[in-house]
Amino acid sequence: MPNATIIALIPLLPLAGFILLGLFGRKIFKTSSGVIGTALLLTSTILALYTAYDYFFVYGKVAGVYQQFIPMKLTWLEFSPGVSIDMGLTVDSISVMMLVVVTFISLMVHIYSLGYMKGEERFPTYYAYLGLFTFSMLGLVLASNIFQIYIFWELVGVSSFLLIGYYYNKPSAVAACKKAFIVTRFADLGFLIGILILSNSAGTLDFNTMISTLTSPDSDAVKNAAATSFLGASALTWGAALVFIGGAGKSAMFPLHIWLPDAMEGPTPVSALIHAATMVVAGVYLVARLFPVFALTTPAVLEIVGWVGAVSAIIAAIIACTQTDIKRVLAYSTMSQIGYMMFALGVSHYGGEAGLGYTASLFHLFTHAMFKALLFLGAGAVIHYIHSNDMKDMGGLRKYLPITHITFLIACLAIAGVPPFAGFFSKEEILLAAYQNNMTIYWIALITSGLTAFYMFRLYFSIFWNKPHVVHGEKHGPAASVKTSEGKEGGFVMMLPLVLLAIGAAAAGFIPFGEFVSTDGKALESHFHLQFSIAPVALGLAGIFTAMWLYKKQNNKPEKLAASFNGLYKAAYHKFYIDEIYLFITKKVLFNLIGRPAAWFDRNVVDGLVNFSGNATEFVSEKIKKMQSGKVQQYAIYFLGGVIVLAAVFIYIWK
Amino acid sequence: MMNPGLYHILFLSAALFFIGVYGFLTRRNLITMLMSIELILNSVNLNFIAFNKYVWPEKMDGLFFTLFIIAIAAAEAAVAIAIIINLYRSHQSIDVENAEDLKY
Amino acid sequence: MNLLLLIGIPLITAVAVLVSRSKQQVKWISLTGAAVQLAASFALLFAYQGQRTAGNSTQMLFEQNYKLFSSFNINFHIGVDGISVAMILLTSFVLIAGVLVSWNIEKMTKEFYFLLILLALGAYGFFISLDLFVLFFFLEISVIPKYLLIGIWGSGKKEYSANKLALMLMGGSALILVGIILLYYNAGQSFDIMHLSQVNLSGHLQNIIFPLLFIGFGVFTALFPLHTWVPDGHSSAPTAGSMFLAGISMKLGGYGCLRVATYLLPEGAKQYADIIIILSAIAILYGAFATMMQKDLKYINAYSSVSHVGFSLLGIGMLTQTAITGALMQMVSHGLMTALFFAVIGMIYDRTHTRMVGEMGGLMKMMPFISTVFFIVGLCSLGLPGLSGFVAEMTVFMGSWQNDDAFHRIATIAAAMSIVVTAVYILRAIGQTVMGPVKNESYLQLKDANWNERLAAIILVLAILAIGIVPGWLNDLLKPAAEVIMNRLSGK
Repeated sequence: MPNATIIALIPLLPLAGFILLGLFGRKIFKTSSGVIGTALLLTSTILALYTAYDYFFVYGKVAGVYQQFIPMKLTWLEFSPGVSIDMGLTVDSISVMMLVVVTFISLMVHIYSLGYMKGEERFPTYYAYLGLFTFSMLGLVLASNIFQIYIFWELVGVSSFLLIGYYYNKPSAVAACKKAFIVTRFADLGFLIGILILSNSAGTLDFNTMISTLTSPDSDAVKNAAATSFLGASALTWGAALVFIGGAGKSAMFPLHIWLPDAMEGPTPVSALIHAATMVVAGVYLVARLFPVFALTTPAVLEIVGWVGAVSAIIAAIIACTQTDIKRVLAYSTMSQIGYMMFALGVSHYGGEAGLGYTASLFHLFTHAMFKALLFLGAGAVIHYIHSNDMKDMGGLRKYLPITHITFLIACLAIAGVPPFAGFFSKEEILLAAYQNNMTIYWIALITSGLTAFYMFRLYFSIFWNKPHVVHGEKHGPAASVKTSEGKEGGFVMMLPLVLLAIGAAAAGFIPFGEFVSTDGKALESHFHLQFSIAPVALGLAGIFTAMWLYKKQNNKPEKLAASFNGLYKAAYHKFYIDEIYLFITKKVLFNLIGRPAAWFDRNVVDGLVNFSGNATEFVSEKIKKMQSGKVQQYAIYFLGGVIVLAAVFIYIWK
Repeated sequence: MMNPGLYHILFLSAALFFIGVYGFLTRRNLITMLMSIELILNSVNLNFIAFNKYVWPEKMDGLFFTLFIIAIAAAEAAVAIAIIINLYRSHQSIDVENAEDLKY
Repeated sequence: MNLLLLIGIPLITAVAVLVSRSKQQVKWISLTGAAVQLAASFALLFAYQGQRTAGNSTQMLFEQNYKLFSSFNINFHIGVDGISVAMILLTSFVLIAGVLVSWNIEKMTKEFYFLLILLALGAYGFFISLDLFVLFFFLEISVIPKYLLIGIWGSGKKEYSANKLALMLMGGSALILVGIILLYYNAGQSFDIMHLSQVNLSGHLQNIIFPLLFIGFGVFTALFPLHTWVPDGHSSAPTAGSMFLAGISMKLGGYGCLRVATYLLPEGAKQYADIIIILSAIAILYGAFATMMQKDLKYINAYSSVSHVGFSLLGIGMLTQTAITGALMQMVSHGLMTALFFAVIGMIYDRTHTRMVGEMGGLMKMMPFISTVFFIVGLCSLGLPGLSGFVAEMTVFMGSWQNDDAFHRIATIAAAMSIVVTAVYILRAIGQTVMGPVKNESYLQLKDANWNERLAAIILVLAILAIGIVPGWLNDLLKPAAEVIMNRLSGK
């Protein structure tokens, strides 16, 4: 049986780090905060690995099926009998897998940041925020209650906000962190309403009870919910779709992806942790967590999931080909890869062999975490060396950054799906699942995989080959002349994570993932079809060679190519103008058409009414004050008149 | 010579009352206004006496009221004349039109 | 526990403040009084919980009843249930924080502190009284100090704001008075809430009295469209004044709407529930959108108060036990949160001498403590889990969703949309003041919070966290009381 204390400690240790460093970091742990944070996370990682071993190899499998355990559940807030927010720990194959991914990547980032963020003024704050993020992400992963996931969902959102805005005095960082929070908040509104609908139909907030109620077609809950429809879709369809909107927002799916590229304003290790490996896949995890509901009760929503994923994958891949900021290229590539995971879920079914897409999606999540974190950390090393994000400032760095170069190449090969690196295996399964279920999505995926190889190697060749690197060049601006790292490749702490992740990126594919993670807990045989993998690998290689031809040497071929694709290139370079559309909606529509009139209405109409009543009183009294003339005889006449009128009334009317 | 009846006295009293009201409303001199008030009071007194004599001859209430009113009228005249003297000191006039400091 | 203590301590403090000689003495006496009062409130909480766990299930605890005017059957009847205990705790927290942030008031210090404590006294009396006459008496006691606090120590167009506030609140009181008197004569000549809660007036009568009471108390709690005293009053009031106004005074109205209007007149409440829901949903969204366009920090918080208080009224209008519990939680949460928000705004204003967000920037660099508190309170306002706002809002949403017809659903969704708009305006405010580059060179000399400001902020932050992280205790406190109201509503 799982040990509740050990599992609870995994998220609690980073939380302890957050509290410790957040409260006392500035004063007491000014320099030691990094080490403290890293040590706590190392403990967490070890505990997570132990839990994973324990679960997968010791107690998890009962009669050939991986079981779900809930070793601890505390009622946090009870709304009404049976409906309560519980803080629980869920131990099943996906949560344990995610535990390992999150703690491992987070540990790598912690170690890497010891070098990368060294000397920053708010170093302790940085580690405190990292601790908060890791805690929240682990809490999200372990959630046993849909509201618990929502709580941690918001918490990862706010840690992401804090970390993107870490360089708080940079206006672009401030704008980016606001954008990230607000866009995901908008998606969370959908999630919240989805929770309300689903929990109301199921009469519970607990995942297991909810799933079992909503997936049994004979239950009253499903019948009632199916009977109530709104705009042609049943309540449950709406609920699931709204929950998916929440997931799509966090996972930067089209059209809610606009915050992700901007989020690269944060420190690079943060991008590696949050905006590549862990938080952005929370949407995938959410859909996977509720997969039985999606697959069995609301297949229409699952279809939407598939299409949203596919569209995001290809759009992001096209945009990635044109960007010159290396972190933005990686951001779009992240979006594209998460699109892969999403549509893999979308083309999956529940149970047995048909659940291949589910397994493939989570497998890709696992491998992607490795190679994408590696890519970001590698990019961080490059940025650390060159003090610029722009591809145009780079080139010929392979001699100066040998370890970074090799590890980056491994990551590129992995993401391009070249065998035998990790990405090949997971992508292969995804494509197979798509091939079996939806040919259109399969073709989109295939094209995307070619594009992926192309833009990744465009990045690789532009950084490490292309034009020769000018040492001590004025090109790097004033920062380069400081020579903090000129001629040196970052210290051991920055290289160790790169190497470890490179090993992961190279070898993770050989894990027989299907045995551990599947829709129903039974082992899924992974079949390897040689003839099937020819097409994607060939496309991948074609992409690589095109990139090599264009970017290995400095030349004007890319410009020519861009000119020949003028319209498409321009649109992609401007990210298909989606940002502008959003800006139009928020600035022009929300602010000018709703906000401003509301404020005006309040000041002039509602408040005007209040002031009007005051002014009216004043006006009337101004008019009638003349009666108070100070002349006694006038008063006497009024008095007499009054007496006469009253007398007349009493005598003739009120007899 | 005819004995005066209730109506004669009421007629006299009413005439006296309206003379008093007219005087109060038209005279500008405070003393005259005071005198007008006295006329009004006296008309009331007459009414009381007359009703007492002709309607309830066995009771004394009307007489008592009259005595009260005479006493109060005396006190009131004293107070009023004191006010008028003070007004004269401050305004150098006892014209009621000038005493309008208490307007809005 | 003797409830007279709760009004005795402020009374003694107020008198002691009046007779004290120096400014220093005034401050320390007030602080001591507020601290003792906080301790007494905690004692009340523990005594209350102790009685409840011991199985004492009478509706009101620690009741006392003294004859005041026997010919009119007016009694000084006091007692508490969970709602009162929560509100008393809230008042104590806001009081001590208000005393602390006013530490540097130079103008007429003695009178200032006297009025602050008098205002709190009115609130304590209001929350413990079980007799409508006494309740009304204390309600009025808490109105007059507000007028003076704004009129004398305020800023900007303070006379206008003070007049507006006092007149609008007095107008509300007038409606309440008429309602109370109608109740008195139609329910057997009694002002006693416990007696009135047993009386079932005819539906027709309830339909007449309910709007009087609800609108009357609604003015206090910024019921749309009677909320316009809020922005002006808050923006003109001194820091502690704003804190008390939002943290205590608006809660008097919410408490009254629930305890007097809804509880005593259940048929009336059912009759008008839909209108309440519509008005509060409008207030929530409209307040949020109006906030988006504000440039003055105090106006931002004032309009966001209108929006947030809308959640309490929405919860009351939804007439389910969970929603009413949520409404009460929102009152407590909003009280702590806005008090802290105004305190932070006051601290920033004391340093920068401006409240315009556009003129600030990068305050994090000079004042990390104040900025951190600003972050926390902002995040609480936009409903971040772990802070009190989230718990309250979610409880309201869950409660609202229990009504399963389209009207209630749409109202809930409309209210839920405000969480996005709230995020927009809060992050705008945070982004332009605390973050970003420093716009004004002279700001670089500014100092971070003093000890008194730190203490005030920490006290309120702790309270917010206590609700946000372990909401169970507050839920347990409020839920049985909400259940009593629900039973009355469902005619049990």
